[in-house]
Amino acid sequence: MSTHSIFDIAGPIMVGPSSSHTAGACKIGQYARALFHKTPKKVTFYLHGSFGEVYKGHATDRALLAGVMKFRTSDTRIKTSFDIAKEKGIAYKFIKKDLGAKCHPNTVKMVLESGKEKMTITGSSIGGGMIEIVKLNNFEISLKGVAGKYLSLVVSHDDNPEIIVKLGKKLKALGLKIANIESTSYKKKTLSVLSIEGKRITIPEAKEMETIEGVDFVRALTKIDN
Amino acid sequence: MKYSFKTAEQLLKLCKKHNLPISLIAKRYEAERCDKPIATVRRKMKQARDAMYEAVRKGIKSDEKTETKMTGGDAKNLFKQLNNLRNMMGNKVTVRAMAYATAVGEQNANMGRIVAFPTAGGAGVIPGTLFSCAEHFHAGKRKLLRGMFTSAAIGLIIAEGATLSAAKGGCQAEVGAAVSMAAAGLTEMRNGTPEQCVHAAAMALKSYLGLVCDPLGGLVEVPCIKRNALGCMVAIGASDMAIAEVESYIPFDEVVGAMKEIAEIMSPKLRETALGGLAVTKTGIEIKRKLGLI
Repeated sequence: MSTHSIFDIAGPIMVGPSSSHTAGACKIGQYARALFHKTPKKVTFYLHGSFGEVYKGHATDRALLAGVMKFRTSDTRIKTSFDIAKEKGIAYKFIKKDLGAKCHPNTVKMVLESGKEKMTITGSSIGGGMIEIVKLNNFEISLKGVAGKYLSLVVSHDDNPEIIVKLGKKLKALGLKIANIESTSYKKKTLSVLSIEGKRITIPEAKEMETIEGVDFVRALTKIDN
Repeated sequence: MKYSFKTAEQLLKLCKKHNLPISLIAKRYEAERCDKPIATVRRKMKQARDAMYEAVRKGIKSDEKTETKMTGGDAKNLFKQLNNLRNMMGNKVTVRAMAYATAVGEQNANMGRIVAFPTAGGAGVIPGTLFSCAEHFHAGKRKLLRGMFTSAAIGLIIAEGATLSAAKGGCQAEVGAAVSMAAAGLTEMRNGTPEQCVHAAAMALKSYLGLVCDPLGGLVEVPCIKRNALGCMVAIGASDMAIAEVESYIPFDEVVGAMKEIAEIMSPKLRETALGGLAVTKTGIEIKRKLGLI
């Protein structure tokens, strides 16, 4: 959306000290958690550019970890997220790394692991607490963390257009409409980001969609708020 | 869109056409923009107000120093002076405003909860100015909300015409913008006309043009917190001038245009990179070394 909201100016309500390095970082963590769909046992953060340079002073590390634990950007527990993660038995590591000149200066690559499951997510904090997820596993994507009318559904599936048709039917049955689809393919697999108009999708509904043949996972990014 | 505006000129036209103050135009703009009832918009602003109030309340009691030991405890020092005003040159309103603004700044630096209004770096000016003045004229919470909506409307014009990011425009875009916004909000709370609000905003912003962002070690502590505190004085002053019918010779939109131009010629060293200004003074270098940045 091109026009600003009054609450872009009067907000967000957040834990300091920096909107891009703290609030934005927390939001990237939240997205990673939502895409992974469970609390990981182990997370490794690769911090690029300005994130790598000044992450300690701005508590970027604590905010990222807090986001992975589903804390909101306004949650004062961000300050103690290291201790909380230890209590929850989440192993974490922060590594400074150059991810390439193409990346935004405030970028982090996260590797989330839980048993055999593993997911790599790269996100950038693009200013004022706004973020963008630019890569999921091997797929280049663009998921923007801007509140709006559209909800996103991230679907990983085999290279077969019929799957999307089937998915569309299921969504229609739920009273939802697909506004836009963006797909990226990599080695016979496709990752589609569906923008959906209508109500929120519940977790059981997303799970139900995962039963379609050829679909690896369905993630509904609807609950993310601040 | 019926209530859409991007410049002060458009905003004032809307005020005139509907015979409404800036705050109500801002409220209707938001309701129309996100297709929600006015009550929802009001409720959201109330949440921001309550969060700011919490930050102030915690901050004026706190002795906590930040991890760098550069800041902390000054809000308490200032607030104490309210019992000893004979010692102060400023009056109760200005000293309290500075205490509140410092409180929010210190909370932010200490990872407390604040409202980025308009940004985390300039978050102290609006609660400082508006809360202290509201206490002075016993304004109800409703009036405070009006001040906040007007401030947000001015911030929106700055965001549209220039920027609110210090990485793009230096401190003029964060504390400078906040002071300008607070001046307008305060003027509306004092029943100033929409024109007077915009004049106050213009006069305040003019005094901040060119201010660079040069924080020690790149952290939002020094000089940010004190700039927030002193910004309240300018906001109150600009509002007083507008109420006294002093007008800005240069229209607000042109001031915003100038700010944008200055932002474009400002060296990146002076835009939140800690590579120039105060950040590279002897003390600044020491802090950088302590943080392991050099």
